[in-house]
Amino acid sequence: MIKNISNLGDAALYCDFGNDVNREINLNVIQFFKNIKKSNIPGITNITPSYNKLIISFDLNITNFDKIKTEVEQLNFKNEIVNEGNLIKIPVCCDNDFALDIKRLEKLLNLEKEEIYKKFFSKKYYCYMTGFIAGMPFLGDLSDSLYARRLDTPRVKVPKNSIGLTEQFCNIYTFESPGGWNIIGKTPLDIFDNKNNTSPNLINPGDTISFFQISKSEFEKKYG
Amino acid sequence: MAENYFEVLRPGINTTFQDNGRKNYYHIGIPFSGAMDNRNFVIANAISNNKKNSPVIEFALQGPKLRYKGDKVYFNVTGDVNFQILRKNKIEEGVCYQNLVLENNDCLDLISTNRSVYGYLSINASFKIDFYLDSYSVNTKAEIGANNGKILQKNQIIKMENITKKYSLNKLDYINSKIENIRVIKGPHFDYFSKTAKELFFKEKFRITKLTDRMGIRLDGPKIENIKYTNIKSEGLVKGTIQITADGDPIVMLSDHGTIGGYPKIGVVISADYDKLVQIPPGSKIKFKEINLKDAETIYKLYEMETQNLISKTK
Repeated sequence: MIKNISNLGDAALYCDFGNDVNREINLNVIQFFKNIKKSNIPGITNITPSYNKLIISFDLNITNFDKIKTEVEQLNFKNEIVNEGNLIKIPVCCDNDFALDIKRLEKLLNLEKEEIYKKFFSKKYYCYMTGFIAGMPFLGDLSDSLYARRLDTPRVKVPKNSIGLTEQFCNIYTFESPGGWNIIGKTPLDIFDNKNNTSPNLINPGDTISFFQISKSEFEKKYG
Repeated sequence: MAENYFEVLRPGINTTFQDNGRKNYYHIGIPFSGAMDNRNFVIANAISNNKKNSPVIEFALQGPKLRYKGDKVYFNVTGDVNFQILRKNKIEEGVCYQNLVLENNDCLDLISTNRSVYGYLSINASFKIDFYLDSYSVNTKAEIGANNGKILQKNQIIKMENITKKYSLNKLDYINSKIENIRVIKGPHFDYFSKTAKELFFKEKFRITKLTDRMGIRLDGPKIENIKYTNIKSEGLVKGTIQITADGDPIVMLSDHGTIGGYPKIGVVISADYDKLVQIPPGSKIKFKEINLKDAETIYKLYEMETQNLISKTK
């Protein structure tokens, strides 16, 4: 559970769950996030879960650090950690037009692209967090043999909906954005739907993602 | 008259609709957004006698030039702004913090902000714009909020309705502070930096570079040497967080910031100094001053009382 609570500036709590990145710690963070959301402590304006930290922002006109810290510490949570996340299936097209870094990965990992894709598509991934840009999911963990470092020079523009790998993680660029992850394909799905006014995010922290491969004609037919 | 609207003759550099932002969406990657300088935003709505969270037009450095069509309407501009109203036969110099009138075919030229960044235009009416996830605020990165999440475009039309008649014509006496000292509470990774770096951080001046927008400020100054890890496992951010990049340069997170980041946090700007910080234009130098949490809370209370006092003077 929480190892330490300190202040992040004068209007946020910094809850530290440790330094490791693993599913167990992250499930703790997400459970805590959900419980605080339900608790309706007055003055909370944002709660941000990440791998192993949780940041709780509050409105200084309504409350303050000492008050919120006490309220958070006094909450009675059920000890049992259950992952209530959804299973979401994401189609990916790995045509050469979309798999911008597959050649680099073949060299770096010393694997043929067929093997890279076989390993990538055979696993389910867990969503540790979403953010940086709207809706971007941080998923893990990749098979050890797919660990690759970031590009030496990040791309100025990664195309929207690209699937990227780095270290033990993969993500989906929900918007065209600068970025340095190794791009292996593209999904025709909108992961963040900015026309949806209630739940624009397809993937939320705690969800499980399974990717499946589609051909370029399926990509174009279905969504072109 | 059938319709009341502005025609955008010049959009300005970075002109957006803003209210007081959206809450509770950090966890899906959506920041607060909202007016950068909250005090000037609430004062603008108070002078207009609008609801306190009504959307306004925020502009940066160079503002828009707008032609007004419709029934007589009152408006006000807050911040430190040079502007003119071009009427049928004369040019009138604008005065901030006061309700002024626009009649059919008048042009409002928000020329520039003076030694500051942001200015606000509030109308005694409501804009006909879209609401998205609890707010009108435009976030150009996620393309959400009013105006399809975009900055104002040349030749576009901004419709308005519900022109109100309640307002005061008194000018509010207020001068924007131009201090260069920004107070900071130490961050969770303060001890990642060398003893010399920590001293430099609170002793030397840092220049606000041109790489500055609604997302953040990139500073230029002495390099802040990291003796532990230059990258951390990505974690949440709040506005005002000062991260030190792997190159040793400070970056300050502002209202449209990425919700998570992987650089160590050396400190966080106190809430009471945020409005002043965002108004300091690129090229200026700032100095950070260390302060503890208790003092920061007291200073915020005073700052808020001062804001409320200014609001009461508009009535």
